[in-house]
Amino acid sequence: MNTVPKLEWKAIDKRFNGAPVLAGLNLSVAAGRSLVIIGGSGQGKSVMVKTALGLMRPDAGEIALNGRDTVGLSERARRKLFAGVGVLFQGSALFDSLTVWENVAFRLINADGVSRRVARDRAIGALERVRLGADAADLYPSELSGGMQKRVGLARAVVADPEILFFDEPTTGLDPITAAAIDALIVEQVRHLGCTAVSITHDLPSARTIGDDIAMLQGGKIVWQGPARDLDRTDNPYVRQFVEGRADGPITSVGHSDARAVHA
Amino acid sequence: MTTASLAAPRINPVRAIGRAALGAVREVGAVSLFAARGAAAAFSLPWFPNQLLRQLVAIGFFSLPVVGLTAVFTGAALALNIYTGGGRFNAEQVMPQIVALGITRELGPVLAALMLAGRVSAAIAAEIGAMRATEQIDAMRTLSTDPIRYLVAPRLLAAVMVLPLLTIVADTLGVAGGWLVAVRVLNFNPTTYIHNTATFLQAWDVGSGLVKAAVFGFIVALMGCYHGYNASGGARGVGRATTHAVVSAAVLIFAADYLLTSLFAHP
Repeated sequence: MNTVPKLEWKAIDKRFNGAPVLAGLNLSVAAGRSLVIIGGSGQGKSVMVKTALGLMRPDAGEIALNGRDTVGLSERARRKLFAGVGVLFQGSALFDSLTVWENVAFRLINADGVSRRVARDRAIGALERVRLGADAADLYPSELSGGMQKRVGLARAVVADPEILFFDEPTTGLDPITAAAIDALIVEQVRHLGCTAVSITHDLPSARTIGDDIAMLQGGKIVWQGPARDLDRTDNPYVRQFVEGRADGPITSVGHSDARAVHA
Repeated sequence: MTTASLAAPRINPVRAIGRAALGAVREVGAVSLFAARGAAAAFSLPWFPNQLLRQLVAIGFFSLPVVGLTAVFTGAALALNIYTGGGRFNAEQVMPQIVALGITRELGPVLAALMLAGRVSAAIAAEIGAMRATEQIDAMRTLSTDPIRYLVAPRLLAAVMVLPLLTIVADTLGVAGGWLVAVRVLNFNPTTYIHNTATFLQAWDVGSGLVKAAVFGFIVALMGCYHGYNASGGARGVGRATTHAVVSAAVLIFAADYLLTSLFAHP
Protein backbone atom coordinates (compact mmCIF):
# COMPACT_ATOMS: atom_id res chain seq x y z
CA MET A 1 0.00 0.00 0.00
CA ASN A 2 1.32 3.41 -0.96
CA THR A 3 1.57 5.53 2.19
CA VAL A 4 3.30 8.54 0.63
CA PRO A 5 0.88 11.49 0.82
CA LYS A 6 -0.06 13.03 -2.49
CA LEU A 7 0.73 16.47 -1.13
CA GLU A 8 2.42 17.55 2.06
CA TRP A 9 3.27 20.86 3.72
CA LYS A 10 6.13 20.30 6.17
CA ALA A 11 6.95 23.00 8.75
CA ILE A 12 6.12 25.83 6.37
CA ASP A 13 6.90 29.40 7.44
CA LYS A 14 5.89 32.42 5.39
CA ARG A 15 6.12 36.05 6.44
CA PHE A 16 5.06 39.26 4.74
CA ASN A 17 6.87 42.41 5.88
CA GLY A 18 7.96 40.54 8.99
CA ALA A 19 4.44 39.44 9.95
CA PRO A 20 3.99 35.65 10.05
CA VAL A 21 1.20 34.31 7.85
CA LEU A 22 2.14 30.64 7.96
CA ALA A 23 4.02 29.53 11.07
CA GLY A 24 5.31 25.96 11.12
CA LEU A 25 2.38 24.70 9.07
CA ASN A 26 2.09 20.92 8.73
CA LEU A 27 -0.59 19.22 6.66
CA SER A 28 -0.82 16.25 4.33
CA VAL A 29 -3.38 15.05 1.82
CA ALA A 30 -3.72 11.36 1.01
CA ALA A 31 -4.05 10.30 -2.62
CA GLY A 32 -7.65 10.18 -3.80
CA ARG A 33 -9.02 12.26 -0.90
CA SER A 34 -10.74 15.61 -1.11
CA LEU A 35 -9.44 17.97 1.56
CA VAL A 36 -11.06 21.31 2.27
CA ILE A 37 -9.13 23.95 4.18
CA ILE A 38 -11.39 26.37 6.01
CA GLY A 39 -10.52 29.51 7.91
CA GLY A 40 -11.34 33.18 8.17
CA SER A 41 -10.29 35.89 5.75
CA GLY A 42 -6.61 36.83 5.91
CA GLN A 43 -5.57 33.58 7.59
CA GLY A 44 -3.27 32.55 4.76
CA LYS A 45 -5.37 29.95 2.94
CA SER A 46 -4.51 31.36 -0.48
CA VAL A 47 -0.84 31.70 0.53
CA MET A 48 -0.90 28.05 1.54
CA VAL A 49 -2.20 26.97 -1.85
CA LYS A 50 0.20 29.28 -3.69
CA THR A 51 3.14 27.71 -1.88
CA ALA A 52 1.87 24.28 -2.91
CA LEU A 53 1.54 25.39 -6.53
CA GLY A 54 5.05 26.86 -6.58
CA LEU A 55 3.65 30.35 -7.17
CA MET A 56 5.08 31.57 -3.87
CA ARG A 57 8.23 30.38 -2.16
CA PRO A 58 7.98 29.64 1.57
CA ASP A 59 10.60 31.17 3.87
CA ALA A 60 11.22 27.76 5.45
CA GLY A 61 9.93 24.23 5.19
CA GLU A 62 9.23 21.74 2.48
CA ILE A 63 6.34 21.09 0.10
CA ALA A 64 6.26 17.52 -1.16
CA LEU A 65 4.24 16.51 -4.21
CA ASN A 66 4.21 12.73 -4.68
CA GLY A 67 6.97 12.64 -2.06
CA ARG A 68 9.24 15.01 -3.99
CA ASP A 69 10.22 18.39 -2.55
CA THR A 70 9.06 21.15 -4.88
CA VAL A 71 10.60 24.17 -3.16
CA GLY A 72 13.34 25.84 -5.19
CA LEU A 73 12.73 23.84 -8.35
CA SER A 74 13.67 25.52 -11.63
CA GLU A 75 10.78 26.84 -13.72
CA ARG A 76 11.27 24.00 -16.21
CA ALA A 77 11.32 21.27 -13.52
CA ARG A 78 8.33 22.86 -11.82
CA ARG A 79 6.35 22.85 -15.07
CA LYS A 80 7.12 19.15 -15.58
CA LEU A 81 6.18 18.18 -12.02
CA PHE A 82 2.99 20.25 -12.11
CA ALA A 83 1.81 18.91 -15.46
CA GLY A 84 -0.73 16.77 -13.60
CA VAL A 85 -2.15 19.66 -11.58
CA GLY A 86 -5.35 21.58 -12.34
CA VAL A 87 -6.43 24.79 -10.62
CA LEU A 88 -9.70 26.70 -10.41
CA PHE A 89 -8.87 30.23 -9.30
CA GLN A 90 -11.08 32.41 -7.12
CA GLY A 91 -11.85 34.90 -9.91
CA SER A 92 -11.61 32.14 -12.55
CA ALA A 93 -8.52 33.91 -14.01
CA LEU A 94 -9.65 33.34 -17.60
CA PHE A 95 -7.52 34.94 -20.32
CA ASP A 96 -9.48 37.94 -21.60
CA SER A 97 -7.98 37.90 -25.07
CA LEU A 98 -8.84 34.26 -25.76
CA THR A 99 -12.17 32.64 -26.47
CA VAL A 100 -13.73 30.14 -24.08
CA TRP A 101 -12.45 27.09 -25.94
CA GLU A 102 -8.96 28.61 -26.30
CA ASN A 103 -8.94 29.19 -22.54
CA VAL A 104 -9.94 25.59 -21.85
CA ALA A 105 -7.43 24.24 -24.38
CA PHE A 106 -4.60 26.57 -23.31
CA ARG A 107 -2.44 23.88 -21.71
CA LEU A 108 -3.13 21.39 -24.49
CA ILE A 109 -2.04 23.81 -27.24
CA ASN A 110 0.77 25.70 -25.55
CA ALA A 111 2.33 23.11 -23.24
CA ASP A 112 1.32 19.69 -24.55
CA GLY A 113 1.69 20.43 -28.27
CA VAL A 114 -1.80 19.18 -29.18
CA SER A 115 -3.08 20.44 -32.55
CA ARG A 116 -5.70 23.20 -32.41
CA ARG A 117 -8.35 20.98 -34.03
CA VAL A 118 -7.91 18.16 -31.51
CA ALA A 119 -7.55 20.65 -28.64
CA ARG A 120 -10.83 22.32 -29.63
CA ASP A 121 -12.63 18.95 -29.63
CA ARG A 122 -11.24 18.11 -26.20
CA ALA A 123 -12.11 21.58 -24.90
CA ILE A 124 -15.70 21.25 -26.07
CA GLY A 125 -15.84 17.81 -24.41
CA ALA A 126 -14.66 19.40 -21.14
CA LEU A 127 -17.18 22.22 -21.50
CA GLU A 128 -19.98 19.69 -21.91
CA ARG A 129 -18.81 17.94 -18.74
CA VAL A 130 -19.42 21.18 -16.84
CA ARG A 131 -22.83 21.67 -18.55
CA LEU A 132 -21.72 24.31 -21.04
CA GLY A 133 -22.57 23.59 -24.63
CA ALA A 134 -20.45 24.05 -27.74
CA ASP A 135 -22.32 27.31 -28.37
CA ALA A 136 -20.31 28.91 -25.54
CA ALA A 137 -16.99 27.84 -27.06
CA ASP A 138 -16.47 30.89 -29.26
CA LEU A 139 -17.56 33.50 -26.73
CA TYR A 140 -15.07 35.65 -24.83
CA PRO A 141 -14.90 35.56 -21.00
CA SER A 142 -16.35 39.08 -20.78
CA GLU A 143 -19.54 37.76 -22.40
CA LEU A 144 -20.11 35.19 -19.63
CA SER A 145 -21.80 35.41 -16.22
CA GLY A 146 -19.78 34.74 -13.04
CA GLY A 147 -21.20 31.23 -12.77
CA MET A 148 -20.37 30.46 -16.41
CA GLN A 149 -16.85 31.77 -15.90
CA LYS A 150 -16.43 29.37 -12.97
CA ARG A 151 -17.59 26.51 -15.17
CA VAL A 152 -15.09 27.47 -17.85
CA GLY A 153 -12.38 27.67 -15.18
CA LEU A 154 -13.39 24.20 -13.99
CA ALA A 155 -13.35 22.85 -17.55
CA ARG A 156 -9.84 24.32 -18.00
CA ALA A 157 -8.72 22.69 -14.74
CA VAL A 158 -9.96 19.21 -15.68
CA VAL A 159 -9.38 19.08 -19.45
CA ALA A 160 -5.92 17.48 -19.17
CA ASP A 161 -7.12 14.80 -16.69
CA PRO A 162 -5.06 16.02 -13.69
CA GLU A 163 -3.99 13.87 -10.73
CA ILE A 164 -4.61 16.68 -8.29
CA LEU A 165 -7.05 19.58 -8.40
CA PHE A 166 -6.94 22.82 -6.44
CA PHE A 167 -10.01 24.96 -5.88
CA ASP A 168 -9.47 28.46 -4.53
CA GLU A 169 -12.72 29.78 -3.04
CA PRO A 170 -14.78 28.08 -5.77
CA THR A 171 -18.12 29.56 -4.70
CA THR A 172 -17.11 33.06 -3.62
CA GLY A 173 -19.30 35.72 -5.19
CA LEU A 174 -21.92 33.27 -6.45
CA ASP A 175 -25.58 33.08 -5.47
CA PRO A 176 -26.52 30.02 -3.34
CA ILE A 177 -28.09 28.12 -6.23
CA THR A 178 -25.15 28.64 -8.59
CA ALA A 179 -22.76 27.88 -5.72
CA ALA A 180 -24.54 24.57 -5.08
CA ALA A 181 -24.35 23.75 -8.80
CA ILE A 182 -20.59 24.48 -8.85
CA ASP A 183 -20.10 22.33 -5.72
CA ALA A 184 -21.98 19.45 -7.37
CA LEU A 185 -19.84 19.79 -10.50
CA ILE A 186 -16.66 19.76 -8.42
CA VAL A 187 -17.72 16.57 -6.62
CA GLU A 188 -18.69 14.98 -9.95
CA GLN A 189 -15.41 15.91 -11.66
CA VAL A 190 -13.22 14.80 -8.75
CA ARG A 191 -15.03 11.43 -8.68
CA HIS A 192 -14.91 11.09 -12.46
CA LEU A 193 -11.15 11.70 -12.52
CA GLY A 194 -10.46 9.75 -9.31
CA CYS A 195 -8.03 12.49 -8.39
CA THR A 196 -6.91 14.20 -5.18
CA ALA A 197 -8.52 17.56 -4.44
CA VAL A 198 -7.50 20.47 -2.23
CA SER A 199 -10.01 23.27 -1.77
CA ILE A 200 -9.93 26.42 0.29
CA THR A 201 -13.09 28.18 1.32
CA HIS A 202 -14.87 29.91 4.14
CA ASP A 203 -18.21 28.75 2.75
CA LEU A 204 -19.24 25.95 5.15
CA PRO A 205 -22.06 24.40 3.05
CA SER A 206 -19.56 24.19 0.19
CA ALA A 207 -16.91 22.65 2.48
CA ARG A 208 -19.35 19.98 3.70
CA THR A 209 -20.37 19.13 0.12
CA ILE A 210 -16.99 18.85 -1.56
CA GLY A 211 -14.75 17.66 1.30
CA ASP A 212 -13.97 14.14 2.49
CA ASP A 213 -11.76 15.77 5.11
CA ILE A 214 -11.63 19.28 6.51
CA ALA A 215 -8.74 21.17 8.09
CA MET A 216 -9.00 24.53 9.79
CA LEU A 217 -6.25 27.11 9.36
CA GLN A 218 -5.90 29.69 12.10
CA GLY A 219 -2.96 31.83 13.14
CA GLY A 220 -0.70 30.29 10.52
CA LYS A 221 -1.23 26.66 11.53
CA ILE A 222 -3.74 23.88 11.26
CA VAL A 223 -5.75 23.91 14.50
CA TRP A 224 -8.10 21.08 13.61
CA GLN A 225 -8.29 18.32 11.02
CA GLY A 226 -10.78 15.51 10.65
CA PRO A 227 -13.44 13.89 8.49
CA ALA A 228 -16.05 16.31 7.12
CA ARG A 229 -18.80 14.60 9.13
CA ASP A 230 -16.96 15.51 12.37
CA LEU A 231 -17.02 19.24 11.63
CA ASP A 232 -20.30 19.68 13.50
CA ARG A 233 -19.36 17.33 16.34
CA THR A 234 -15.93 18.54 17.38
CA ASP A 235 -15.58 20.65 20.50
CA ASN A 236 -12.48 22.41 19.18
CA PRO A 237 -13.12 26.05 20.19
CA TYR A 238 -11.87 27.50 16.88
CA VAL A 239 -14.05 25.23 14.80
CA ARG A 240 -17.04 25.79 17.08
CA GLN A 241 -16.71 29.56 16.85
CA PHE A 242 -16.24 29.41 13.07
CA VAL A 243 -19.14 27.01 12.47
CA GLU A 244 -21.47 28.92 14.78
CA GLY A 245 -20.37 32.28 13.36
CA ARG A 246 -19.86 33.88 16.76
CA ALA A 247 -17.85 37.08 17.28
CA ASP A 248 -16.75 35.97 20.76
CA GLY A 249 -14.19 33.21 21.12
CA PRO A 250 -10.53 32.52 20.54
CA ILE A 251 -10.66 33.98 17.00
CA THR A 252 -10.53 37.75 17.09
CA SER A 253 -12.09 39.90 14.42
CA VAL A 254 -8.69 41.10 13.20
CA GLY A 255 -7.99 37.55 12.18
CA HIS A 256 -5.19 36.34 14.44
CA SER A 257 -5.57 34.49 17.68
CA ASP A 258 -3.73 32.45 20.23
CA ALA A 259 -3.60 29.47 17.91
CA ARG A 260 -0.50 28.06 19.53
CA ALA A 261 -2.48 27.06 22.59
CA VAL A 262 -4.76 24.59 20.84
CA HIS A 263 -3.83 21.59 18.75
CA ALA A 264 -5.89 19.42 16.51
CA MET B 1 0.84 63.80 24.90
CA THR B 2 4.56 64.17 25.51
CA THR B 3 6.92 66.62 23.84
CA ALA B 4 8.86 63.74 22.33
CA SER B 5 5.80 62.37 20.58
CA LEU B 6 5.08 65.80 19.04
CA ALA B 7 8.58 66.19 17.63
CA ALA B 8 8.97 65.69 13.88
CA PRO B 9 10.66 62.43 12.94
CA ARG B 10 14.39 62.90 12.48
CA ILE B 11 15.67 61.98 9.06
CA ASN B 12 19.19 60.66 8.81
CA PRO B 13 20.38 61.99 5.41
CA VAL B 14 23.16 59.41 5.07
CA ARG B 15 20.71 56.60 5.70
CA ALA B 16 18.18 58.10 3.29
CA ILE B 17 20.78 58.43 0.52
CA GLY B 18 22.03 54.91 1.20
CA ARG B 19 18.50 53.52 1.08
CA ALA B 20 17.79 55.32 -2.21
CA ALA B 21 21.07 54.12 -3.71
CA LEU B 22 20.40 50.52 -2.67
CA GLY B 23 16.88 50.77 -4.07
CA ALA B 24 18.22 52.04 -7.39
CA VAL B 25 20.81 49.28 -7.59
CA ARG B 26 18.15 46.70 -6.75
CA GLU B 27 15.85 48.07 -9.46
CA VAL B 28 18.62 48.09 -12.09
CA GLY B 29 19.48 44.51 -11.14
CA ALA B 30 15.86 43.41 -11.35
CA VAL B 31 15.35 45.07 -14.76
CA SER B 32 18.59 43.54 -16.06
CA LEU B 33 17.63 40.05 -14.92
CA PHE B 34 14.15 40.46 -16.40
CA ALA B 35 15.65 41.65 -19.70
CA ALA B 36 18.04 38.69 -19.76
CA ARG B 37 15.21 36.23 -19.11
CA GLY B 38 13.08 37.85 -21.80
CA ALA B 39 15.90 37.88 -24.35
CA ALA B 40 16.84 34.27 -23.56
CA ALA B 41 13.21 33.22 -24.03
CA ALA B 42 13.00 35.13 -27.31
CA PHE B 43 15.92 33.18 -28.77
CA SER B 44 15.12 29.67 -27.56
CA LEU B 45 12.29 27.17 -28.03
CA PRO B 46 9.36 26.94 -27.57
CA TRP B 47 8.13 30.00 -29.47
CA PHE B 48 4.61 31.24 -29.74
CA PRO B 49 4.33 32.47 -33.36
CA ASN B 50 0.66 33.45 -32.99
CA GLN B 51 1.57 35.74 -30.13
CA LEU B 52 4.43 37.24 -32.14
CA LEU B 53 2.14 37.87 -35.09
CA ARG B 54 -0.47 39.48 -32.84
CA GLN B 55 2.15 41.78 -31.33
CA LEU B 56 3.61 42.70 -34.72
CA VAL B 57 0.18 43.94 -35.73
CA ALA B 58 -0.61 45.61 -32.39
CA ILE B 59 2.76 47.33 -32.02
CA GLY B 60 3.63 47.94 -35.66
CA PHE B 61 0.58 48.30 -37.84
CA PHE B 62 -1.56 50.23 -35.37
CA SER B 63 1.30 52.65 -34.63
CA LEU B 64 1.66 53.67 -38.27
CA PRO B 65 -0.78 56.62 -38.18
CA VAL B 66 0.65 58.26 -35.07
CA VAL B 67 4.27 57.75 -36.16
CA GLY B 68 3.52 58.94 -39.69
CA LEU B 69 1.71 62.10 -38.65
CA THR B 70 4.38 62.97 -36.09
CA ALA B 71 7.10 62.54 -38.69
CA VAL B 72 5.37 64.68 -41.35
CA PHE B 73 4.79 67.61 -38.99
CA THR B 74 8.26 67.35 -37.46
CA GLY B 75 9.91 67.31 -40.90
CA ALA B 76 7.85 70.32 -41.95
CA ALA B 77 8.65 72.29 -38.78
CA LEU B 78 12.32 71.34 -39.00
CA ALA B 79 12.49 72.63 -42.58
CA LEU B 80 11.02 75.98 -41.57
CA ASN B 81 13.34 76.32 -38.57
CA ILE B 82 16.49 75.43 -40.50
CA TYR B 83 15.54 77.74 -43.36
CA THR B 84 14.95 80.61 -40.93
CA GLY B 85 18.09 79.92 -38.91
CA GLY B 86 20.20 79.21 -41.97
CA GLY B 87 19.15 82.56 -43.44
CA ARG B 88 21.19 84.32 -40.74
CA PHE B 89 24.41 83.22 -42.48
CA ASN B 90 23.12 82.71 -46.01
CA ALA B 91 22.92 78.94 -45.68
CA GLU B 92 19.27 78.45 -46.68
CA GLN B 93 20.21 76.19 -49.56
CA VAL B 94 21.63 73.44 -47.30
CA MET B 95 18.26 73.05 -45.64
CA PRO B 96 17.34 69.79 -47.51
CA GLN B 97 20.57 68.10 -46.43
CA ILE B 98 20.19 69.16 -42.79
CA VAL B 99 16.56 68.08 -42.66
CA ALA B 100 17.48 64.69 -44.08
CA LEU B 101 20.38 64.28 -41.66
CA GLY B 102 18.35 65.39 -38.66
CA ILE B 103 15.44 63.14 -39.51
CA THR B 104 17.34 59.97 -40.36
CA ARG B 105 20.01 60.12 -37.67
CA GLU B 106 18.00 61.56 -34.79
CA LEU B 107 14.40 62.60 -35.05
CA GLY B 108 13.00 59.67 -37.02
CA PRO B 109 14.07 56.94 -34.58
CA VAL B 110 13.66 59.05 -31.42
CA LEU B 111 10.18 60.36 -32.26
CA ALA B 112 8.95 56.97 -33.45
CA ALA B 113 10.27 55.45 -30.22
CA LEU B 114 8.66 58.15 -28.06
CA MET B 115 5.33 57.64 -29.81
CA LEU B 116 5.65 53.92 -29.14
CA ALA B 117 6.61 54.60 -25.52
CA GLY B 118 3.35 56.49 -25.07
CA ARG B 119 1.17 54.10 -27.05
CA VAL B 120 2.76 50.69 -26.65
CA SER B 121 4.63 50.75 -23.31
CA ALA B 122 1.47 51.96 -21.61
CA ALA B 123 -0.72 49.37 -23.32
CA ILE B 124 1.67 46.51 -22.52
CA ALA B 125 2.02 47.56 -18.87
CA ALA B 126 -1.74 47.92 -18.47
CA GLU B 127 -2.50 44.58 -20.12
CA ILE B 128 0.13 42.54 -18.28
CA GLY B 129 -0.54 44.43 -15.04
CA ALA B 130 -4.25 43.60 -15.27
CA MET B 131 -3.33 39.97 -15.94
CA ARG B 132 -1.18 40.01 -12.80
CA ALA B 133 -3.99 41.59 -10.74
CA THR B 134 -6.57 39.03 -11.89
CA GLU B 135 -4.25 36.02 -11.35
CA GLN B 136 -4.06 35.28 -15.08
CA ILE B 137 -0.26 35.11 -14.88
CA ASP B 138 -0.45 32.65 -11.98
CA ALA B 139 -3.00 30.67 -13.98
CA MET B 140 -0.63 30.57 -16.94
CA ARG B 141 2.13 29.13 -14.76
CA THR B 142 -0.20 26.43 -13.42
CA LEU B 143 -1.01 25.58 -17.04
CA SER B 144 2.66 24.67 -17.58
CA THR B 145 3.33 27.76 -19.69
CA ASP B 146 6.12 30.20 -18.88
CA PRO B 147 4.62 33.74 -18.87
CA ILE B 148 8.02 35.23 -19.78
CA ARG B 149 8.05 33.08 -22.89
CA TYR B 150 4.37 33.57 -23.75
CA LEU B 151 3.88 37.24 -22.84
CA VAL B 152 7.26 38.96 -22.67
CA ALA B 153 9.40 37.39 -25.40
CA PRO B 154 6.92 37.99 -28.27
CA ARG B 155 6.51 41.64 -27.26
CA LEU B 156 10.27 42.19 -27.06
CA LEU B 157 10.85 40.53 -30.43
CA ALA B 158 7.97 42.35 -32.09
CA ALA B 159 9.09 45.77 -30.87
CA VAL B 160 12.70 45.16 -31.92
CA MET B 161 11.54 44.06 -35.38
CA VAL B 162 8.90 46.72 -35.89
CA LEU B 163 10.50 49.94 -34.67
CA PRO B 164 13.18 50.00 -37.43
CA LEU B 165 10.39 49.55 -39.98
CA LEU B 166 8.38 52.35 -38.39
CA THR B 167 11.55 54.44 -38.45
CA ILE B 168 11.89 53.92 -42.21
CA VAL B 169 8.32 55.21 -42.52
CA ALA B 170 9.12 58.13 -40.19
CA ASP B 171 12.31 58.95 -42.16
CA THR B 172 10.45 58.91 -45.46
CA LEU B 173 7.50 60.96 -44.23
CA GLY B 174 9.73 63.34 -42.26
CA VAL B 175 11.79 64.14 -45.36
CA ALA B 176 8.53 64.39 -47.32
CA GLY B 177 7.21 66.90 -44.77
CA GLY B 178 10.33 69.01 -45.23
CA TRP B 179 10.03 68.73 -49.01
CA LEU B 180 6.39 69.81 -48.90
CA VAL B 181 7.19 72.97 -46.93
CA ALA B 182 10.27 73.69 -49.04
CA VAL B 183 8.38 73.39 -52.32
CA ARG B 184 5.02 74.88 -51.34
CA VAL B 185 6.07 77.58 -48.89
CA LEU B 186 9.74 78.36 -49.56
CA ASN B 187 9.75 78.01 -53.35
CA PHE B 188 12.46 75.35 -53.56
CA ASN B 189 12.76 73.42 -56.79
CA PRO B 190 11.16 70.01 -56.07
CA THR B 191 13.60 67.97 -58.15
CA THR B 192 16.68 69.75 -56.85
CA TYR B 193 15.47 69.21 -53.27
CA ILE B 194 15.20 65.47 -53.78
CA HIS B 195 18.47 65.32 -55.69
CA ASN B 196 20.33 67.23 -52.95
CA THR B 197 18.86 64.99 -50.26
CA ALA B 198 19.66 61.77 -52.12
CA THR B 199 23.23 62.67 -53.03
CA PHE B 200 24.04 63.99 -49.55
CA LEU B 201 22.67 61.14 -47.46
CA GLN B 202 24.97 58.20 -46.75
CA ALA B 203 23.80 54.68 -46.00
CA TRP B 204 25.08 54.89 -42.44
CA ASP B 205 22.96 58.00 -41.77
CA VAL B 206 19.90 55.81 -42.24
CA GLY B 207 21.53 52.65 -40.90
CA SER B 208 22.60 54.20 -37.60
CA GLY B 209 19.04 55.42 -37.09
CA LEU B 210 17.72 51.92 -37.68
CA VAL B 211 20.17 50.42 -35.19
CA LYS B 212 19.05 53.01 -32.66
CA ALA B 213 15.43 52.14 -33.42
CA ALA B 214 15.98 48.45 -32.69
CA VAL B 215 17.53 49.33 -29.31
CA PHE B 216 14.69 51.76 -28.56
CA GLY B 217 12.16 49.05 -29.49
CA PHE B 218 13.70 46.73 -26.92
CA ILE B 219 13.52 49.49 -24.30
CA VAL B 220 9.87 50.31 -25.07
CA ALA B 221 8.70 46.70 -24.80
CA LEU B 222 10.96 45.90 -21.85
CA MET B 223 9.66 48.78 -19.73
CA GLY B 224 6.04 47.91 -20.50
CA CYS B 225 6.55 44.23 -19.72
CA TYR B 226 8.69 44.78 -16.62
CA HIS B 227 6.40 47.28 -14.93
CA GLY B 228 3.26 45.35 -15.89
CA TYR B 229 4.67 42.00 -14.77
CA ASN B 230 5.66 43.41 -11.39
CA ALA B 231 2.48 45.42 -10.83
CA SER B 232 0.89 45.00 -7.41
CA GLY B 233 -1.92 46.61 -5.49
CA GLY B 234 -4.91 46.14 -7.80
CA ALA B 235 -6.19 48.87 -10.13
CA ARG B 236 -4.02 51.52 -8.50
CA GLY B 237 -0.96 49.36 -9.00
CA VAL B 238 -1.81 48.87 -12.67
CA GLY B 239 -2.14 52.65 -13.10
CA ARG B 240 1.21 53.18 -11.38
CA ALA B 241 2.84 50.51 -13.56
CA THR B 242 1.53 52.23 -16.70
CA THR B 243 2.92 55.60 -15.66
CA HIS B 244 6.29 54.12 -14.68
CA ALA B 245 6.49 52.23 -17.96
CA VAL B 246 5.99 55.35 -20.08
CA VAL B 247 8.25 57.61 -18.03
CA SER B 248 11.10 55.11 -17.69
CA ALA B 249 10.89 54.16 -21.38
CA ALA B 250 11.11 57.82 -22.41
CA VAL B 251 14.06 58.58 -20.14
CA LEU B 252 15.92 55.43 -21.20
CA ILE B 253 15.31 56.22 -24.88
CA PHE B 254 17.01 59.61 -24.46
CA ALA B 255 19.87 58.09 -22.47
CA ALA B 256 20.38 55.32 -25.01
CA ASP B 257 20.15 57.87 -27.82
CA TYR B 258 23.07 59.83 -26.41
CA LEU B 259 25.15 56.71 -25.79
CA LEU B 260 24.53 55.33 -29.28
CA THR B 261 25.14 58.70 -30.93
CA SER B 262 28.46 58.96 -29.07
CA LEU B 263 29.31 55.46 -30.20
CA PHE B 264 28.44 56.16 -33.84
CA ALA B 265 29.98 59.64 -34.03
CA HIS B 266 33.41 60.08 -35.64
CA PRO B 267 34.68 63.47 -34.46
